[in-house]
Amino acid sequence: MPAPSEVSLRINGELHVLRLEPRVSLLDALRERLQLTGTKKGCNQGACGACTVLADGERILSCLALAVQYEGAEITTIEGLADPLQDAFVEHDGFQCGYCTPGQICSAVGMMREFRDGSPSAVTGDGEMSFSEEEIKERMSGNLCRCGAYVGICAAIQEVFAR
Amino acid sequence: MKDFGYSRAGTVAEAVQLFGAHRNSKILGGGTNLVDLMRESIEHPDLLIDVTRLGSEGIKELPDGGVSIDAAVKNSAVAAHPLIRERYPVLSQAILFGASGQIRNMATTGGNLMQRTRCYYFYDETSRCNKRTPGAGCDAIGGFNRIHAILGTSEQCIATHPSDMCVALVALDVEVHVVGPGGERTILFDDFHCLPGDSPHVETTLKPDELITSISLPGLPFAKHSKYRIVRDRASYAFALVSVAAALEVEDGVIRNVRLALGGVAHKPWRAFHAEEVLSGSEASEERFRLAAEAELASAQGYRDNSFKIELAKRTMVGVLSELAETAVAQ
Repeated sequence: MPAPSEVSLRINGELHVLRLEPRVSLLDALRERLQLTGTKKGCNQGACGACTVLADGERILSCLALAVQYEGAEITTIEGLADPLQDAFVEHDGFQCGYCTPGQICSAVGMMREFRDGSPSAVTGDGEMSFSEEEIKERMSGNLCRCGAYVGICAAIQEVFAR
Repeated sequence: MKDFGYSRAGTVAEAVQLFGAHRNSKILGGGTNLVDLMRESIEHPDLLIDVTRLGSEGIKELPDGGVSIDAAVKNSAVAAHPLIRERYPVLSQAILFGASGQIRNMATTGGNLMQRTRCYYFYDETSRCNKRTPGAGCDAIGGFNRIHAILGTSEQCIATHPSDMCVALVALDVEVHVVGPGGERTILFDDFHCLPGDSPHVETTLKPDELITSISLPGLPFAKHSKYRIVRDRASYAFALVSVAAALEVEDGVIRNVRLALGGVAHKPWRAFHAEEVLSGSEASEERFRLAAEAELASAQGYRDNSFKIELAKRTMVGVLSELAETAVAQ
């Protein structure tokens, strides 16, 4: 069977060289090999968004990403973020148990960048884009929160975007 | 997950060579479907060939006013591209209604075409499924089949193709460009995916050693007046119960051009040829739209839990066509 090979990953600005089998997901590499346990394993099948990280600034699901495929990419996890969203989530009660929160915040950071770049969503019409609650809900629909803190999550994102 | 090898192809030629040389290999795009299926032991390749860094990941304008999209271009990039938004809004919308922001940032154009047609019995190891094990039987027929197909089904399989993007692509007469050891060829989109028949495990007409290099959208000026509508159980991030992709050109109340396709109803993205035939050259009226929808669904067959899809598909077709016809008059 294929032996583990050296995989170089840039994570939160630091280069890590790991010996990994190709089947190791980016999520498992982060959590099990690098002890970066801020990124959470929820469903491990791309349905819940808890494992969301940024790859070259774009939000992706680290559970469906093979680590080896992300060689050369700049990966940012919740540990590498210092974003006003983190305070805003606290201020607006954007969580209860907190398990989905790192994924929510990484997703929101990527989502706000997509919006500022002019990328449309399914609810964007032909006119000028406005950062409405409807847009936030649609664009964040890949991040589930079983505690149901959506109202606070939306408020936190809206406040930070308006700053 | 079973262990496997990984090779990153640097060129199309290298990908073709690797793919031809390794019998049990698979092409890796964004991995959003394949990695999941490998984790579920449904797919078990010995080698993955990564084709996301071939140095050809662009969207280009074609001389006929069409657009070419390389296989490795991400779904999010296609949906946001000005050429797509302006000339084929139905495609941009269809992509944005599919999956989530994160998945669209990973999933590739070629990978979207190659995702498996599937249902929950396909995922469930304790159920019989002719896709997983040819000849085993199908527990969806006679089981809980609310999300299943109503058109083009067989006694072997009633799963639906999950893609939204592909519904727009089949409506737009897209061509799929593929390459293998025998050279390049082009497959018309409607011929790319298969109905289940007696071999539901075969889902495309791609040969085992061929891979997709790009797709091309033909120049269709009237496609700028097009729309995608999806009806589903949640407002976002859910597969279609029924979806409709449509492009319509009306002149003096008469339909000059129409393209129509349905999602969520069949094993493949369903081009509504019968409806198009009824509509072509006829008056753009709600009565006529209803006749066209009836014609398309004439052969539909409902199962225990999904008969509602037949009327839902008709109403959604009429709704989308009426909306397009109204805005055509307003322009």
